Amino acid sequence: MTDSAAEKQFPVNLSVNGTTKPVTVPARRLLSDALRHDLELTGTHVGCEHGVCGACTVLVDGVPVRSCLMFAVQAEGHQITTVEGLAGTDGQLHPVQEAFRDCHALQCGFCTPGFLTTIAAALEGYEPGTTISDDEAREIVGGNLCRCTGYQNIVKAVGRAQEIRTQRAGLTPDVAANADTT
Amino acid sequence: MRRIGGACMKPPVFGYAAPRSAEEALALLSELGYDGKVLAGGQSLIPLLSMRLTAPHTLVDINRIPGLADIVIVEDGSVVVGALVRHAELLADAPAYAALPLLRRATSNVAHPAIRNRGTTCGSIAHADPSGEMTAILALTGGSVQIATSGAENRDVAASEFFLGPLESCLGPGELAVSVRFGAAEPRSGSAFLELARRRGDYAMCGAAVMVTVDEDETVTGVRAAYLSVGPVPAVHDLTAAVAGQHVGSADWGAAGELAATLVEPDGDLHASSDYRRRLVAVLTERALPQAAAEASSRSQEAA
Repeated sequence: MTDSAAEKQFPVNLSVNGTTKPVTVPARRLLSDALRHDLELTGTHVGCEHGVCGACTVLVDGVPVRSCLMFAVQAEGHQITTVEGLAGTDGQLHPVQEAFRDCHALQCGFCTPGFLTTIAAALEGYEPGTTISDDEAREIVGGNLCRCTGYQNIVKAVGRAQEIRTQRAGLTPDVAANADTT
Repeated sequence: MRRIGGACMKPPVFGYAAPRSAEEALALLSELGYDGKVLAGGQSLIPLLSMRLTAPHTLVDINRIPGLADIVIVEDGSVVVGALVRHAELLADAPAYAALPLLRRATSNVAHPAIRNRGTTCGSIAHADPSGEMTAILALTGGSVQIATSGAENRDVAASEFFLGPLESCLGPGELAVSVRFGAAEPRSGSAFLELARRRGDYAMCGAAVMVTVDEDETVTGVRAAYLSVGPVPAVHDLTAAVAGQHVGSADWGAAGELAATLVEPDGDLHASSDYRRRLVAVLTERALPQAAAEASSRSQEAA
């Protein structure tokens, strides 16, 4: 086949951040490009476009997936969450967003959406009140590249995000940590 | 809606079909022959498309087919993994871990969580990348691939015959790998998996999957190892000669590593030279074998 104007188009209902919108795309439209170009959700950033950098990571049914390694036609029937969908509808930042601000965990911000979605999903694996070690944090963000920060503040932000979740749950980290050991 | 930018598509044009049943997929693949390419997790195929290193006529997306996502522990202890089981699912599967701990040990080294959430174990094996972890595990456990074709009985191809070369398997036109079967662990055996990559989650410069078997006196009776990234296909080598008859607690694992280094013929690339990879074979073998031996030893004591 050759690239041609007559390329077949597929209707797809994309459910992103709780809203379903119909788009019409060729089969080769990557999910990352559909989000950015068809839905104009430009929060998802596109870095390497072959699955290495992690900048385009979105949540598919709650788990992190590279949106550059999935076609938009494959997304029908799945719930997509992008960085735009992390904050509450009342505008309250997601704990990981607040933690990134608190810890200066971003500089240029290009890789940030991928980190935020990846960490947001990982936090769901921890009960509020527990803590996340630096080693665990490094494992969580091991698939995302950042060329500015040297990762130190990103690792700190993972722990901080868990603290914020704990606080929002009405627990204090210390009490919770003690409770965990008893 | 206003479009930002132009067409914005890296992959070349291809036809696309998402059949809803295995029969439909096989009929389609059969009709397409060499023009058809199966899309499962896509974590290897989509980068190849985006870099335009491959340009299949039509992708047959199997993700909508029910019944392909099961992990089954067979009575003999082997583990059958369906074509749509994601690496992350195999990693988390407790019965599979209990039957064959090596599966989890290797799967945890497959790329990153986001890749493991989408990529499939079966697809990784069908991709036949000699740098892949699961290709080596299939080879080491003496596993096989279940291949379906329209209008014919399924055929079961042993790992030793499945891999033909780098990114080349014996899968023919019209065929679909519907599951892979990892062979059962022997009684009184233990396993270990180690790999070394430039960055965590990258393809390994070298990796070693090893199995040690002992007898009731905890004397080493068998040592086998499979290596990644050291040849065109997953290389399985018998290292028993180096340590046979030695007690599991004091065996000369270094000698087994040195033997392994003489058996492999790695190519060099910009990540690691041939000589360096050969050294890694020796070192990773020497490090992995005591871990496997400790497990074999404790299994043996449980059996006694």
